[in-house]
This record gives sequence, C-alpha cells and structure tokens, in this order.
Amino acid sequence: MAPHERPHVAVVAFAQSDHLRTTDELSEVEMLMPVLHEVLAATGLKTSDIGFTCSGSSDYLAGRAFSFTMALDGVGAWPPISESHVEMDGAWALYEAWVKLQTGEADTALVYSYGKSSPGSVRDVLTRQLDPYYVAPLWPDSVALAALQAQALIDAGETDEPALAGIASRSRTAAADNPHAQLKGAVAQGDYAVRPLRTGDCPPIGDGAAAVILAAGDRARELCERPAWISGIDHRIEAHGLGVRDLTASPSTRLAAERAGVFERPVDTAELHAPFTSQEVVLRKALRLADDVTVNPSGGALAANPMMAAGLIRIGEAAARIHRGASDRAVAHATSGPCLQQNLVAVLEGETRD
Amino acid sequence: MTSVPSPEVLRAPLVVEFPFTRSLGPVQSAFLTGLRERTVLGVRTGDGRTLVPPVEYDPVTAEEIRDLVEVATTGTVTTWAWNHEPRRGQPLDTPFAWVLVKLDGADTALLHALDAPGPDSVYTGMRVRVRWAGERVGAITDIACFEAYDGEAARTGTAPHTGAFDDPVTGIVAAARLDYTYSPGRAQSAYINALSERRTVGERCPSCRKVYVPPRGACPTCGVATVERVEVGPRGTVTTYCIVNIKAKNLDIEVPYVYAHIALDGADLALHARIAGIPYDQVRMGLRVEPVWTEGGRYPDHYRPTGEPDADYDTYKELV
Ligand SMILES: [Zn+2]
Repeated sequence: MAPHERPHVAVVAFAQSDHLRTTDELSEVEMLMPVLHEVLAATGLKTSDIGFTCSGSSDYLAGRAFSFTMALDGVGAWPPISESHVEMDGAWALYEAWVKLQTGEADTALVYSYGKSSPGSVRDVLTRQLDPYYVAPLWPDSVALAALQAQALIDAGETDEPALAGIASRSRTAAADNPHAQLKGAVAQGDYAVRPLRTGDCPPIGDGAAAVILAAGDRARELCERPAWISGIDHRIEAHGLGVRDLTASPSTRLAAERAGVFERPVDTAELHAPFTSQEVVLRKALRLADDVTVNPSGGALAANPMMAAGLIRIGEAAARIHRGASDRAVAHATSGPCLQQNLVAVLEGETRD
Repeated sequence: MTSVPSPEVLRAPLVVEFPFTRSLGPVQSAFLTGLRERTVLGVRTGDGRTLVPPVEYDPVTAEEIRDLVEVATTGTVTTWAWNHEPRRGQPLDTPFAWVLVKLDGADTALLHALDAPGPDSVYTGMRVRVRWAGERVGAITDIACFEAYDGEAARTGTAPHTGAFDDPVTGIVAAARLDYTYSPGRAQSAYINALSERRTVGERCPSCRKVYVPPRGACPTCGVATVERVEVGPRGTVTTYCIVNIKAKNLDIEVPYVYAHIALDGADLALHARIAGIPYDQVRMGLRVEPVWTEGGRYPDHYRPTGEPDADYDTYKELV
C-alpha cells in the first residue's frame, strides 16, 4: 500500500477509571472491566467486533509474572481475538494498534492499559528499569532522578521553585473539573521530597485504568460524530546514561514532534505527560508551545498518574476535547523512563465545523 | 446461592527477590575491575569524547567502542538533589546529595551519592573526589560516595589504558528486592475465605451462566463481571490427569503420584489437585473424587476416590 493510501485513523472513544490511592478490593481485571465496558458502549461495539486489541501494563507493579494475561479476562478473549501487549504505558500500545490499522488488517482497535501502584513502593519499583550495571545498584528512586533534572533546569535559569509551584497549582486547579482525578484543587506545595522538588511537584501515587477505541476511515465516522484523527504519531528514545544527556532539553520529544507534524500548524491544546512540574518546563520548550496553548486542562499527571495508563490518558483527554468540540488541533505526549528518556507525540485533529 | 456481601479483602506481604547474575562485556569488565583497583576508566568515542561511565557502543553513532582511557578520581558536580530521607539500598544511610559528577578528563557525568553535611554545602560546579569503599569487589558500589575536595585535579586529561588487570571481574550479581502488600481483590478473597471453612465457592457469569472456580471476578468468554456466588463440590470428577515421576525439591510426596484436573460438581472449570488413596495406575478419566483436608490445612491436601461409579464421559467432556 502506498503511503498516500494509508488509512486515516482516529480515536473514536475514550474512558478512564477514577484514579485512587488504593483499590485493594479490586483485582486488576475488576478495576479495568468497567472502563472496557464504558469505552465499548460509547461506540456500540462488542468485543467480537474489534479487529485488534492491544494493552500496556507492567509486571513489576503487580509483583507477578504475566499479570496482563488475567486482565484479558475483562475483554472477553474467547472465542480467540487478535491481541498484543506492551510492557509499557498504553500510549505505546496505541502506537502498535495504529500501526496495525495502517496495514489494513483491522479497521477498529481496542487499546487499554492499567496499573496498580498501591501494592508496592513505586519509587523503588521504578529503579528496576535503570541500567543494572552502573545505576540500579545505587537504588536512585524516581523522585531523586526527577530532582536532578529539576536542579539542572534551575541552574540553567529556565525555571525556579515559585514557577514550579505555579505549574503544580495550575494543574490541580484545572483538575477540579476532572471527575476522575486523584488530586483536585489547590494542594500545598509541602516539604521537600528530594530537593529541589517538593511533594507538590510530584505526582500522586495511585491505581487506575484507561481505554481507547481507534477506527480507520469511514468506520471512524460511523462510530463517532467528530473523530479525533491522528494526523501524526511518532516516538523516540535517548541514551540510557543520564550523564550523557542534557537533562534540560528533550531532543527525543522534539524529533518525535517534528515527525508527527506538530510544527506544521499551531495547536490549541497540549496534554503533556509530565509527572513532575519541572518536566513540563522541558516539554513546553521541546514542543515549542505558544503561551496561548491550553496545557493539561485535565490536570495532567500531577493530578492523576496511574502508572502505564497516564500516557494513554493524555491521548484520550486530547481526543475527548476534539470529540466535544473544545479543540480542533491538539498535541498529546507520553513519556517513559527516567527524566523523560522516551517520548511519544501524537497530533489529533477534528474536521472543520460549519 | 447468595448475592455477594460487602468484601472482606485479604492482604499479605509479598516479597519478590532475585539475584540476577549478569555477565560483563570487555568495557564494563575493565571499568568495574578498575574500580576495585581504585582506577576510573572511560571510553573514547570516534569523535574524541570520553564517556564515563563507559559504554560499549557510541550512544550517537552506535559504533562499537573499545578505546579505554584513565580519568581522574576528582571532578565537578553538574547537577544535584538533596536526599534527606535515604531509602533502602541507597549508598549512604545518612542524608546525602544525589549528584551527577563529570570526572576530570571526562565529557559525561556519573551518577552517585555525595556525602555532605547539608544542602547548603552543595552546589553545581562543586569540586568533589571519589571516596573508595573499604572492601571493593568490582561493582559501582566500590565508589562508596563522593566527598568535597578543594585540592588539585588528581589528573589532567586522560591517559590510554589497556583495561587489563589481574583477576578481572567478569560478572556482577545484581541483587534486587521489592516489597509488596498483595491483595487478591474481592472475588479471590471470597474464594480463599471460603476455603478456610472447607467450602469451595465459584462465581457464575450472568451472561453465559458458567461457574468459574476459582473466581477471578470476570468471565473470560463474555468479558463481564461475575457477581453471583455459587458453592460447588465438594465432590468432583477427574477430567484428565498425569503421572508425576520426578520428585520435586522439598516435596515429601513419594513418586509416582497423580496430578489431575477435577471438575467439582456444579463448576464449569476444572481445578487441579493431587489424587491419592488409589494406586497411581488405577486413576482414570471419570473417576469420582472428594477432597481430603488435613488438620490446619488451608486447602485440600489431595482428593481421593468416593467409591461412586465413574461419571459418564458426556457429563464432563466440555471440561476436558
Ligand atoms: Zn460468560
């Protein structure tokens, strides 16, 4: 198939759970299932109608091998379905589904992801994704690594603690309108977690799930009044050595944005996966966001950061704004790894309204 | 049959521990052996940059690099973060700064800890030096931490190094331990709680009416919540089995023994359990069995024949 014949793919539905500090009474599949039902109901599709299913999660959060296989029970995987899984945020599962739709082998896809951080200590769990030879044996936790990046930004004169507090406040104030958010409204900046980051600069730790339905071409128009067309999507990664990178910049985000076409025309909305306030500073620069762009109207990851779902939620939130006419061209971003190591950027567009 | 009462959810500690044994390539081996010998090595890229810690492939060009050089044990802090509450496994158990340090002669920075009296004594651009661990084994922790240093650079520039040491380190053990509080959720908690009363409960799918044991809260066929609790068993039928001839470590059951799938009466999914009370070579499909509980056991120790006639194949063929 020639590139110009590639199917045009859109996000046609999005659902997410309420994000909570703990969900002991729910297994992962029990937490996920209502979200799957909601997103299917939004389109009227049944599992058997879906061409491809892809999920994102992490065994390290659950402390169990192959934990995603049990979550599949919530989909209804019998008779057999076409299914795949990424051990990553669901944004990368969405990328895989988008590729599948490009091949023409499916015209709809269900993408979901979930994470329960409550059973373990997520700061410690995340150390296991670091270089096992030189870094992981020192157990630098996720907040510590983000704090190194924040200090580098402060030293470079790109932000300061009051500006970071402003990002925290703006995000959580915006989340007041988000019924799913874990932290809503003003939250005290609090004491230092790892200086220069205060507790207010850090995301809440919690459990949650999200799901998206993608559809190609006319199928998208049948399923959604105003589909959020993915006009571009790309993801890039940087060297794993933190000391090799300039932590004040995100060249992988910039490159992914260029390839996704972010800079071709202005965007009106940006949903950024910035779990730490300081990371929003880096991302705004990498994405060249103008001051009039609405950034994280959902509250972003500072309001709810369910591991493995928070990136997919950024795409879903951006799409939902297009569905309801609040945005015409939005950029959504997801990240993975320490200090914004890996980044995915998607451009979502609604067709012009009369 | 009852509707599900409010959950009494179980919780238990779950420790995941693994001593990953990792082999080292030539560059990592030289670097970690060097640390044991109080020598810090970097690697030179094609464009003349010195990477410390060294890697085997150029992060920009992906070219293989082997050109080792020795750099100083003194350096400059490029960024830092004050850690007032050290966590398990971190280099120091007193408050310290995380630092990225560019060693003199290096073009990239190494992550480690800096021992300092407080955050006011740390700044970007601060001069530091390596504090070696007393006992060194060839690991990144052979650097105990960094400490403030106001003397001369221990070395200027870099010096070529063969990377050859006596008794090189060729591997590391990357020990990891993560602590969880595991909760099996509503459905499985109910199953485990019922077992403590020597009862077996499943859940029925509202759509296809199948009864799942143990229940996981969802019907994998229909993708809907299973909410109707159903007591099944205690008797059941062997649907299939195998004869185990190899004795597992720490298991005091004599081989050969039989492990079987058992469809409990009323269940639409077979459980697996050991069969005893009958010679191993007389176990068969359709055999009717019942659970045997031992004193204090939290689940049936095994199943034994009931003495009933065998079940007709048609009654369990869907469950094989
Ligand atoms: Zn069913």
